[in-house]
Amino acid sequence: MGSNVFDLIGPIMVGPSSSHTAGAVRLGAMALKILGGDLAEGKITLHGSFAETGKGHGTDLALVAGLLGLKPDDERIVEAKQLAQAKGINISFEKSNPPDAHPNSVTFELTDKLGKQVRVFGSSIGGGRIIIKGINEFNVEIMGDYPTLVILNRDLPGVVAQVTSLLATTQINIAQMRVSREKRGAKALTVVETDQTIEPAALELMRKLPSVYQAMAIEPLE
Amino acid sequence: MRTFEEWVLKSQTEGLKLGQIVLHDQAEQLDKSEQELLARMRENLVVMRESVRLGLTGERRSLSGLVGGDALKVEQRRASGESLVGSVIGGAIAKALAVAEVNASMGKIVAAPTAGSCGVLPAVLLTAEEVYHPNEEDLLLALFTAAGLGVVIADRASISGAEGGCQAEIGSAAGMAAAAAVELAGGSPRQCSDAAAVAMKSFLGLVCDPVAGLVEIPCVKRNAIAASVALSAAEMVLSGVFSAIPLDEVIDTMGEIGRQMPCSLKETAQGGLAITPTGRRVQADFL
Repeated sequence: MGSNVFDLIGPIMVGPSSSHTAGAVRLGAMALKILGGDLAEGKITLHGSFAETGKGHGTDLALVAGLLGLKPDDERIVEAKQLAQAKGINISFEKSNPPDAHPNSVTFELTDKLGKQVRVFGSSIGGGRIIIKGINEFNVEIMGDYPTLVILNRDLPGVVAQVTSLLATTQINIAQMRVSREKRGAKALTVVETDQTIEPAALELMRKLPSVYQAMAIEPLE
Repeated sequence: MRTFEEWVLKSQTEGLKLGQIVLHDQAEQLDKSEQELLARMRENLVVMRESVRLGLTGERRSLSGLVGGDALKVEQRRASGESLVGSVIGGAIAKALAVAEVNASMGKIVAAPTAGSCGVLPAVLLTAEEVYHPNEEDLLLALFTAAGLGVVIADRASISGAEGGCQAEIGSAAGMAAAAAVELAGGSPRQCSDAAAVAMKSFLGLVCDPVAGLVEIPCVKRNAIAASVALSAAEMVLSGVFSAIPLDEVIDTMGEIGRQMPCSLKETAQGGLAITPTGRRVQADFL
């Protein structure tokens, strides 16, 4: 896919690095969307060059800023830790280096105010673009370009058909779809990228399907 | 694959500026009106101006503390009238340092084409503005010319230091800035293309070797050098000098050199200035 002029002059962002700063804000923003609730507490584990050169790039500040809902061009990114503190959100940092991780990667372990927890693993892949590669124990590939529906379901025949027909009746067009599972007949994860926003009503219907354990709708990044 | 030459020929045939040709093309590709695209580019211009202003106050320091305040020193010398290189080049150096210092201190900038090379284009553009006093639309069109070249470079080669070394970032920025400067000076589309070729040739082979992996040393000063190279290239071409090697061939060469460059010299901080005794000491002190 060719770039356009605004990829070459732009984005407007807080420096110093599109991958280590702007990308880090977007990773935090995506993790927050996946949590889907009000953030109460977070643990951030830095991997690869996020761990090694992150300090000088403000990667830690940028990740926190993303978790607070700041955009990559927000000049308050530099004060992100104080902002989190003021909101009573406790965020701790660790470093670790799993052998197979992309150089610029991070794991978020987040808890919302109702006690719901989620673990999100993602990488910054250059030019501010990101990819979410893991949600809890599941491998995913979410770039944040489309509204995304993530469904945890029983691995049974017909479940995917129920999901897609429900999407069809709510006038939502599927852009891409991927199904993965732990093992045959156990839990499966269905990730659907769609052209239209997934309304709360549609999500509620999804949750009522008998074979669906959990369903979340993740808005695209701006 | 796109060539820049297509746009040059179209521009010559239709008797329009390169910036207008790129604007038409992008309006079609993005399915937006030209007015919308001009408005969006205006937002970039506003941030560019603000980052120059902020950097010239000299109050910004980078997170490592290694960078900051140099833009003001150069600007003060220019203001004193003692400049060796004159007000135009002196001003461009100061502006490029200013924006790069703002970037290093987590201030707001416009990536052009990247954050690490964000000082070159605003410095050259706003310097040309001081010389030629164009109206705002002409400035915006010059940005479309620059961005159009960036699109071709990203398509045919790379604008990423991790993929192509510094030549891909700072070299591309210098080419984009040279093309914009020539357009603002009233040069032809061919001259825009030639000036970009001359500027980009000057950075072929330049490695990305940031000390401690930070966008500070040598990145900030290279922005200033690239701004002066862009202006020199523009000056030559506006005087009637041609580029012997056409722009698209220079871009392909830059891509090829980037592929041949070892990984240690592509933004990994494992070679070049990063592993000098001083570079290592800075890294140890900071991290």
